[in-house]
Amino acid sequence: MSAILVALIIVPFAAGMVSFVSPLGSARLLAPVAGAVSFALVLTLIPTVVARGQVSAGSELRVDALSVVFLVATSFLYLATALFSAGYLHLGAGPAALRYGRRFYAGLHVFCWAMLAAPLVSGLALLWVAVEVTTVVSALLVAIDDTEAATEAAWKYVLIASMGLGIALLATIVLYYAGTSAFGTGYELTYTKMLAGAHHFPADVIRLAFLLAVLGYGTKMGLVPVHTWLPDAHSEAPTPVSALLSGALLATSFYAILRYFQITSAAIGSTYPRNVLLVFGLASLLLAALYLVRQRDIKRMLAYSSVEHMGILAIGMSFGVTLAIVGVLLHVLAHAAAKGTAFFGAGSVLRKFGSKDMSVLRGGVGALPWSGSMLVAAVLALSAMPPFGLFRSEFLIVAGGLSAPRYGVAAVLVALATVAFLGLAWWTTQTMLTAGPSDARAAAPSDGSVSAVSAVSVSSPARVRATVAKGEVSPWIVVSMALGLAALVVLGVHLPADLSRLLNHAAHELRSPR
Amino acid sequence: MSAHVPSTTAGIEDVVAVLVLLTEFAMLRGPLLRSQVRLYAFQSLAVSVLAAAVAATRHVPDIYALAGLSFLLKVAIVPAVMLRLLRDVDVDLTGSAKLGVASSTLVALVVAVFGFFSVGSLHVHSTRLPASTLAVASAVVLVAFVLIVLRSDVVSQAMGFFSLENGVSVASLVIAPGLPLVVEMTFLFDLLVAVVAFGIIIRVHHGRSKTLSTTDLDRLRG
Repeated sequence: MSAILVALIIVPFAAGMVSFVSPLGSARLLAPVAGAVSFALVLTLIPTVVARGQVSAGSELRVDALSVVFLVATSFLYLATALFSAGYLHLGAGPAALRYGRRFYAGLHVFCWAMLAAPLVSGLALLWVAVEVTTVVSALLVAIDDTEAATEAAWKYVLIASMGLGIALLATIVLYYAGTSAFGTGYELTYTKMLAGAHHFPADVIRLAFLLAVLGYGTKMGLVPVHTWLPDAHSEAPTPVSALLSGALLATSFYAILRYFQITSAAIGSTYPRNVLLVFGLASLLLAALYLVRQRDIKRMLAYSSVEHMGILAIGMSFGVTLAIVGVLLHVLAHAAAKGTAFFGAGSVLRKFGSKDMSVLRGGVGALPWSGSMLVAAVLALSAMPPFGLFRSEFLIVAGGLSAPRYGVAAVLVALATVAFLGLAWWTTQTMLTAGPSDARAAAPSDGSVSAVSAVSVSSPARVRATVAKGEVSPWIVVSMALGLAALVVLGVHLPADLSRLLNHAAHELRSPR
Repeated sequence: MSAHVPSTTAGIEDVVAVLVLLTEFAMLRGPLLRSQVRLYAFQSLAVSVLAAAVAATRHVPDIYALAGLSFLLKVAIVPAVMLRLLRDVDVDLTGSAKLGVASSTLVALVVAVFGFFSVGSLHVHSTRLPASTLAVASAVVLVAFVLIVLRSDVVSQAMGFFSLENGVSVASLVIAPGLPLVVEMTFLFDLLVAVVAFGIIIRVHHGRSKTLSTTDLDRLRG
């Protein structure tokens, strides 16, 4: 079993290296293979972890139920994004296209590698390193399109996220100091060790460490008020990267916060960390819901929806009951699938119409019968409509809140999620379901524009209103979206027994002994 | 482990730590981009010296390796990479600060004093370095934030981030000197990777806009 952990570290990295030198055609096919292998490896881990509690390889790699939940989310999105990329990237034949394609695919693999490594490592120091690597690689991927907006977004992202991680490094060191009172000056920062000795840690120092960790990793997770880079980076990145940033990277940062939550709860009880998460969660949910109502750029809308969902995760943790924590972990999985699918749909719209502006886009479902309809379904899923997984997870979170009992917070959560739903649903239905423009205004066909690189400039409204031929951009996109929606339905309608047990185990790991 | 510390050693170490903080203030007023990078190199030198001092006076030979590596990376490689970048882009002056020198310094002073006393009130004890060093380190981190906020050019902002990392390094010398060497090395390697990424994005930015200023990076909002 420990070989699986090692394989999970090797496969994406090796795929990245191969993609950097191989011809484009094989890199394009290698990506879904590497994604599928990683996802399959993670799935084989589930029964063992459920039965044995943990699997480790050497002293550096160790997974328990909590880590596997995040591995499932990331590896699933790795596979789906690799499929989507094959259809989304319209690369020509020249040397510029080859350079772009190689950089893109190598970056994609290394990015996923770092995101998979974060839950695989056994301690807080290596966790920080893995998260820092995700920042560096993803910032370069945000900048890869080399447009003015992408450069601006990449700069804001790399600077703000690095500062956040500087704070997270400080948190790591402060927590290390807390541990010296139990273990002496030299020891390893592994979770098992920290949890075992936590009750000896000085309370003030632990409080400081947790606050710094939430501020630091919260910057990468997109918690308000340290979320400011997020809408820019998530909207200006190439769409496959947007999907990974929103669906998997935010969750990875949340995983880091959960590890601190676990140790802090074991040291000083869960009241303090729950209150900290409640404040950040409510601020995120409130601000995101208000921004969603007036957002017209389809990718920015999805980015703010991510801020909203990260707020829901933080609030769910603040309820502190097992029911809500199971909901939070299910929410991580369902959000990965839904946000990925929604971004894939947005990418399809962007390729078809050459625009992200929902105030001028019309007739999406007419032009894109499959991916358009699935985009609408994904947005409904993001709004927690049944039968999708997010309905079940938000239901569990709210039910947990009512049983905690935190009636006020649960009511605010439902109210703000409803506001967010209105914003999401209004613009999506306007764009996708209303009739398309008349043929008289046809100017130029915008379908099938073959650009050397994948950069899509935002076109003028006149071009957007041009009639587009009915038909999908690529079957790959349809397949990737169908995969995401299928996962959402499975999570919502019939949770596999092993997965359900895994979520329960993970929730119990997070429940503090006191 | 004995907490008995000869006061002269403690004094020297405090002086070095304060030098790190003063360099941060100097970066706040440096008008030339090159001077920012050189000040950063000097600050990193002070941090390396502090690490070597800890290794010598507290007999932790591991930290010699750390001091050496941090010297190599932060005094030699990172400044060299940044200076080369500056030669290529041929821009000398930093972007205009959002406040005058006097006001920026006052703001930084207030922030530094806040950091110094708030961390001092935590009563964190160290067996390696005087606890006041931790308070100085947190002041460095906060002044680095002021630098990043007040300067509107990409090089100063990047240097601000790297010097923030210097502040964290000082803090880790004070309260976590036993941190396994391999972990410290990984942190430093990570810094190197971050420098490369910053460098690439700075180049891309300059390639597009022919400037290092961040004032035109305001298109994305809402």
